[in-house]
Amino acid sequence: MSSKLKNAKRIEGLDKNVWIEFTKLAADPSVVNLGQGLPDISPPNYVKEELSKVAAIDSLNQYTRGFGHPSLVKALSCLYEKFYQNRINPDKEILVTVGAYGSLFNAIQGLIDEGDEKPVDGKKWSSSDWTLDPEELASKFNSKTKAIILNTPHNPLGKVFTNSELQVIADLCIKYDTLCISDEVYEWLVYTGNKHLKIEAPVVVQASPQASLAAEGYPDTSSCTLQLLLRLSPAPARHQDHNQNQSRRVMALDTQLLLTPSTLGALAPVTTALSRPRVLPADTSAAPALGTTFPGMWERTVTIGSAGKTFSVTGWKLGWSIGPKHLIKHLQTVQQNTIYTCATPLQEALAQAFWIDIKRMDDPECYFNSLPKELEVKRDRMVRLLESVGLTPIVPDGGYFIIADVSLLDADFSDMKDSSEPYDYKFVKWMTKNKKLSAIPVSAFCNAETKSQFEKFVRFCFIKKDSTLDAAEAIIKAWKRQAS
Amino acid sequence: MFRNTAAIYLHLVGPLWGKKSGASLTRCLHQTLAMAKRLPARRLDGIDHNPWVEFGKLASEADVVNLGQGFPDFPPPDFAVEAFQHAVSRDFMLNQYTKAFGYPPLTKILASFFGKFLGQVIDPLKNVLVTVGAYGALFTAFQALVDVGDEVIIIEPFFDCYEPMTLMAGGRPVFVSLKPCPTQDRELDSSSNWQLDPTELASKFTSRTKALILNTPNNPLGKVFSRAELELVASLCQQHDVVCITDEVYQWLVYDGYQHISIASLPGMWERTLTVGSAGKTFSVTGWKVGWVLGPDSLLKHLRTVHQNSVYHCPTQGQAAVAQCFEQEQMLFGQPSSYFAQLPQAIQHNRDHMIRSLQSVGLRPVIPQGSYFLITDISDFKSKMPDLPGAADEPYDRRFVKWMIKNKGLVAIPVSVFYSVPHRKLFDHYIRFCFMKDESTLQAMDQKLQMWKDELRP
Repeated sequence: MSSKLKNAKRIEGLDKNVWIEFTKLAADPSVVNLGQGLPDISPPNYVKEELSKVAAIDSLNQYTRGFGHPSLVKALSCLYEKFYQNRINPDKEILVTVGAYGSLFNAIQGLIDEGDEKPVDGKKWSSSDWTLDPEELASKFNSKTKAIILNTPHNPLGKVFTNSELQVIADLCIKYDTLCISDEVYEWLVYTGNKHLKIEAPVVVQASPQASLAAEGYPDTSSCTLQLLLRLSPAPARHQDHNQNQSRRVMALDTQLLLTPSTLGALAPVTTALSRPRVLPADTSAAPALGTTFPGMWERTVTIGSAGKTFSVTGWKLGWSIGPKHLIKHLQTVQQNTIYTCATPLQEALAQAFWIDIKRMDDPECYFNSLPKELEVKRDRMVRLLESVGLTPIVPDGGYFIIADVSLLDADFSDMKDSSEPYDYKFVKWMTKNKKLSAIPVSAFCNAETKSQFEKFVRFCFIKKDSTLDAAEAIIKAWKRQAS
Repeated sequence: MFRNTAAIYLHLVGPLWGKKSGASLTRCLHQTLAMAKRLPARRLDGIDHNPWVEFGKLASEADVVNLGQGFPDFPPPDFAVEAFQHAVSRDFMLNQYTKAFGYPPLTKILASFFGKFLGQVIDPLKNVLVTVGAYGALFTAFQALVDVGDEVIIIEPFFDCYEPMTLMAGGRPVFVSLKPCPTQDRELDSSSNWQLDPTELASKFTSRTKALILNTPNNPLGKVFSRAELELVASLCQQHDVVCITDEVYQWLVYDGYQHISIASLPGMWERTLTVGSAGKTFSVTGWKVGWVLGPDSLLKHLRTVHQNSVYHCPTQGQAAVAQCFEQEQMLFGQPSSYFAQLPQAIQHNRDHMIRSLQSVGLRPVIPQGSYFLITDISDFKSKMPDLPGAADEPYDRRFVKWMIKNKGLVAIPVSVFYSVPHRKLFDHYIRFCFMKDESTLQAMDQKLQMWKDELRP
């Protein structure tokens, strides 16, 4: 083979992909698959019906608008305006992409150059609690820092970033004139006591802030508003939103990892320190009302969402980026030079599904409310199961994954060829083959420096039907019995 | 610093907050404090403009007949609609991710179907990649193989995305034009008459040439490259160790008994060719956005790397529907009832209808051997009305198209869009029409042309 028929330099080192490797392993139908994050439950019936209806509409079989099918961008604008409390221009401030993965790609290709830096959350074991260390994070920012990728709720940990953590990030972004790419695909999957916060949500003045602010001891509205902004700390003002009756308790855990999408431009990933989990007292400074301020963040943030995760239709591969037009236009340029447009019928069906749920956001039947309730039950079941066999799961406050330290489960790697792989890679391969249960090694989410600190953890996905979870339970219990 | 300034402004305009208005004050303010850093990545330099956006807007005006953008305005064949219906109403797990590199029944049928055409054993896992349309396949190929400074030979007129895709990969486009050989007066020109000069083509290959992009049948011209022409390209690619990326989306739309030949089937070419195809153009379902690349594993592995780092998966149900369409066609292939036989027959009628009609107003169509398109020579108009409104250096064909949309209610695309900037002035006397349209659209076209013709009478 000749020397010229070779790859471009930009893909050097990017050929290995944990998902390709592990999904192949789990493809055996006798394996109980708690690995890859896809539901084996059915999407809601009305979602399936909408897709069925659109197949009959001739014009929907041809190209639609490149940056997003008109009815879909309209629906997205309508939905998200409720959260931003501001108009979102459907043509200029929204881009529909091939899944949230496609949005991440467009954002990075559109905005990140070679040599730009991007703090990537690594993992550093420290004896202190697992929190985002503001000083360490700050030390990773410099004048070359172009963007930070934020993922909340977080995959794989299930962390839901607190107001104060978002504050730290927002402060740094503004200080260093840095972009924020906020991956919020699990935004609806937040469990009791937690609230999904949007770092880019602009200022909102509550209808009657005075009473609540007064409770904090602020003297009067005008000066306290000023103070509110300057302090950027949570006000106890309440906000009615679709997730009614969420208490303001802070979540139980702060550990974080970040899955870095591989890029096709050189990046200098910069690891930041993280720390171990802790359980915070239930009534520590409450998560703030939605829309509490992170001024200056709308103009520098691209927020990414996913139809796959919203409606349990990962195979539709539709996602979106929302942001100010001076950022979105660059993602649109990438789009017109990569895939040009996304599939029409799927976008129309998604728009219709959104309209159904937008109309009933306060209703428990709305999928944005019913799915997290359904999943919380499954989460709790997984937590009990893992605890019952002596594993220490990290209870996620959001998302549909749970990670656990599996060192107490016996595994025999004596016949594993590649002993240089991290423990969790070997463990998952062994478990898949021998116990017919698959998961994903958590060190796959770490960079080289920090892999060793997570190699005892594996990630389980719990957006699975009861029979799948029953099967997993049987395997794990039998395993533990065997060992003792 | 910013934060305090923001706070002060907001304090001063406090009472206006909370009002849901068109552009919030906060938003306006934030935009004045927008980032000082250069925002777009350098790889976007020079590729942000897109001609389709401009002409798309014009085409959406009232009372025009849109013969511009290339997509059918008639329904897909029933079996395609049924295939999609089937894909979305059976196993609900088709709503979830499939294999990253292609839904297995689709890669399997593509491998077996095209294996026959290319005279090649095609492995569904190693030699097939499913992409988001042929557009996505092209992007993936450029990113996988073209390095900064690599040269890419592009044959003009070219489908407009080849140039920005080359640039986005840091490559240098090198252009070579198809040129019409002189025709007899009164005879209509044909796309077969437009040829590459072998010496000129050879001169474009250098040690930096990484790839050549071929498009047959060609958009916008409709040229179907002959075996001899493909052999010329093939021998140069082999001589200079160059990858051939061949865009064959219109491979089934070939008229007058011409034959589409895939360059990958020529001796010595499989190992250096990436063959791009499109379900949208094959089954008249452009909105499904399912495409593919076929090629040797040694090249496809690099495309897979790009794919897993860009879109990772393509939507499942569209792929399932395309698989079913191919399974059906495989059974009917070669028979008169095959869509691949019926479609070109039907569309050839459209082509011929359009050719007759356009001539009635003094447009001179170039008869295409294939594709959805034909170009027409507008030289007579250029000499009769050279001063149409437009920007100072705007090529004539763009100005003519805008005039025609506004005054004659017909939408076409200026062919200079399909040429490199330095060559636009040489080819500014052609416009492209799409005939992949319903009979009613062609009749509406006839009405507009009749009115136009009436206006031409003294």
